[in-house]
Amino acid sequence: MLTFVVRRILLAIVVVVGVIVVTFFVAHVVPGDPAATWAGPHASAAQIARARQFLGLNRPLIAQIASYLGGIAKGNWGVSVHTHRSVLSDIMTAAPATLELVLTALLIAVVVGIPLGLMSARRPGKPADQTIRAGSILGVSMPIFWMALILQLIFSQRLKLLPAAGEYSPGLLFTHPLVKRTGFPVVDSLLGGNMPMFGSTLVHLILPAIVVAAYPTGLIARMVRAQVLDTIGETHVLNVRALGFSERQVYGRFTMKQAWPPVAAALGLVFGYSLVNTFLVESIFDWPGLGSYAAASIATLDTPAILGVTLFVAIAYVIANLVVDIVQAAIDPRIRIR
Amino acid sequence: MTELPPAPAGPSGRLAITSLDISFGPRKVVSIDELRLDHAEIVGIAGESGSGKSMTTLAILGLARTVGATVSGSIVFDGKELTALSQDDLREIRGRRIAAIFQSPSTAFSPVYKVGTIVTKALRLHGATKSEAADRAAEAMRQVLLAPDLLRRYPSQLSGGQLQRVAIALALALRAEILLADEPTSALDVTIQAEVLDLLRDLRETTGMSILFISHDLAVVAELCDRVAVMRNGVIVEQGPASQVLSSPADPYTSELLDSVPKLATTK
Amino acid sequence: MTESAVAQPPAVVPAGSPGGRVSRRQVAWRALKANPLLAVGGTLVLLIVLVAIFAPLIAPYPADAGAATHPFSVLTAPSSAHLFGTDQVGRDILSRVLYGARVSPVIAIIVLAIACAIGVPLGVAAGFLGGWLDEAIMRVTDVFLAFPPLLLALALAAVLPASLTSLTIAIAAVWWPWYVRLIRGQAASVAGRPYVEACRALGVSRLRIIFRHILPNSITPLLVQVSLDVGGVILTASALSFLGLGAQDPVPDWGLMIAEGQSYFTPDWWLVTFPGLAILVTAFAFNLLGDGLRDLLDPKRSLIS
Repeated sequence: MLTFVVRRILLAIVVVVGVIVVTFFVAHVVPGDPAATWAGPHASAAQIARARQFLGLNRPLIAQIASYLGGIAKGNWGVSVHTHRSVLSDIMTAAPATLELVLTALLIAVVVGIPLGLMSARRPGKPADQTIRAGSILGVSMPIFWMALILQLIFSQRLKLLPAAGEYSPGLLFTHPLVKRTGFPVVDSLLGGNMPMFGSTLVHLILPAIVVAAYPTGLIARMVRAQVLDTIGETHVLNVRALGFSERQVYGRFTMKQAWPPVAAALGLVFGYSLVNTFLVESIFDWPGLGSYAAASIATLDTPAILGVTLFVAIAYVIANLVVDIVQAAIDPRIRIR
Repeated sequence: MTELPPAPAGPSGRLAITSLDISFGPRKVVSIDELRLDHAEIVGIAGESGSGKSMTTLAILGLARTVGATVSGSIVFDGKELTALSQDDLREIRGRRIAAIFQSPSTAFSPVYKVGTIVTKALRLHGATKSEAADRAAEAMRQVLLAPDLLRRYPSQLSGGQLQRVAIALALALRAEILLADEPTSALDVTIQAEVLDLLRDLRETTGMSILFISHDLAVVAELCDRVAVMRNGVIVEQGPASQVLSSPADPYTSELLDSVPKLATTK
Repeated sequence: MTESAVAQPPAVVPAGSPGGRVSRRQVAWRALKANPLLAVGGTLVLLIVLVAIFAPLIAPYPADAGAATHPFSVLTAPSSAHLFGTDQVGRDILSRVLYGARVSPVIAIIVLAIACAIGVPLGVAAGFLGGWLDEAIMRVTDVFLAFPPLLLALALAAVLPASLTSLTIAIAAVWWPWYVRLIRGQAASVAGRPYVEACRALGVSRLRIIFRHILPNSITPLLVQVSLDVGGVILTASALSFLGLGAQDPVPDWGLMIAEGQSYFTPDWWLVTFPGLAILVTAFAFNLLGDGLRDLLDPKRSLIS
């Protein structure tokens, strides 16, 4: 097991280096001559040449990549053209809000998706199955920025049931101030015993989390269904039935155990996808996370910031997949005994 | 169909099947007039693949529904009519009193569980405490001539023969009275086959377990079974003591099957 | 893979056919009935394609799909004159939504065509020729696949000047690795089969083997994958347009329409609702079709519908 983990970590590091190199190339795909852009529209040839030297653009490509890599590793991710702060610090400020959102969404996806998938698999072809399948496909076909807007319309505006935006009611900051410990409002308010704030953070989390959870829930339900149906015909399931276990145990315990590795893989996948989906949803909900930061950067064409966020999310994705791989190997021995 | 040999005097058979029909919708795949399994008896059901032999196992366990088949007729075990029992009652019988082992031992155990986990879970399901389960499992493993710590392995780490023996150990540990063996040796090498057959014979000697041995391999059936029922397209065409049926078959189909068994003696 | 200990019921001979043989038509019909996903998805997709083709004839105000402005009928709610209402410059939203069917699916097709054009040759090279070429291609592919698709497409689209072309290039650049992987798997598995080895031993040229054995075997999974991907590309494209990175006004792109309508949202809800519904229905239709095709064509999967 240990060799497997070490191998996977090394592989992940190699992939991260590759990711950084790709980001470098994306940054340099900008049409036009960056030196000319930097020097300005009326620059002379000499000024452009000086600009090129200043920007280090006349060094060999490898050298540029190397210094870029070095910079990333040291924490120099560029300066945001818009906020004029270090991109990395901007990202670190914004990240917790997004993580709170995405993790909640994934929790919803697992808690709702797995039982739905099981229900679907136990009665294949029956109405319940067809409905759940249709719902799952709907979930993965949903344009989430639209879903966000529509849910806002229905639940906030028309029904006045849920708040439209923000992480919590701003008014509460005066009466029940939030003490920052972890950076996650839900956790912080709970830790501080700040119940009104805790309630507010939960209520504000509902709509955004449901929107982000749509795709993962659909995916997980479909995955569980497929896995369980694949397994159910196998001899070992027959064997377990023949030993006297109840159908609930046959499905919920034995078949599910085999379904966990692919579900875990799916979770790693949707973690990354959901992180990116927040780009589309956060500004709609005024959620102060990476998504809003990214959307604002795109709107202002703040290239360093855009690339910084891209890099951050990509690395987070690689790490998530690494964790998932290790968890998969822990559950299914066939993966590590290769 | 040939007449049944006169029933031996004494208590009625452990398992008595009468007028059993198994159907998939309108299509009948098995139709058994009569089949009996007595105490400490090894009865073989021989026939080609696809003749419905495996369905019989499922029907006895009450699992025919899980593949979409319907069952009618009578299966009496220990005075109870199995076809009339609820699933809850059937679950108490499954494993604990009637056990089953299947073809392809490498897929008989879930690949994500250690074999021992399945064994102990099954034992605890049927009432054993944690330590009892561990003890009985270990003891059963020794009876099948396997080291008990093999239980800590995953199925992918054990050979086909070992896995089949673990399956038999499971039936032993559960102290089942009847073992339904559905093509248990078909996926194994000949030498391993012989070991498993020896094991089954031992089981019968030491515990009085009755075994219903299903196989398409007449040679194996001949070697192991006391009585043989020959099945063709779901119908038993001939039944009787092994020595009789196999040496002087009454039904032409049985003769066909016998002829198809390769013989070692040269004809030169 | 799945070992069943149970005897499978023998195939039922279809009744009502002469001599027991079934015509292809009957097989197709039976397949459709057994596969409602495919039937519904296929019908919807067909409808969408028809709408796209006949948009100029169906749309009540075809000019509105372009740069027309009607300052006097700005932001009117849905009515009999304008079933979906009008937008912020007075254009009929129904017409724009109908014309939008020409934008998204077409982008999807172009993107996937590019992805296949790049992915299939690379995949075949990697899977069939193997060796260091395989390693090199797979490493590059792995790095691309380390990004969530939308993310990399977004980054690319952000650095390129915003237009539909940039959008298409950005998404295609992100999508091709999936096809390399898919085709490589196919090519590698076919290349490993004994009959291919026999062909090589007989001196059959590699090119011939590729065209006669590998490619035909890859068509089915490729088709399934493409149909499954159309929905994803449409969602990605509309998301990028929503962010302002793709279609620009006056193109009647659904994602763009939602972005434009957002400022007038909640009171003037119709600007956002109908284009979004169109995206949902289109993606849903293609996903249904893709799922249905996969159920039908993938030999490993049982028809559990």
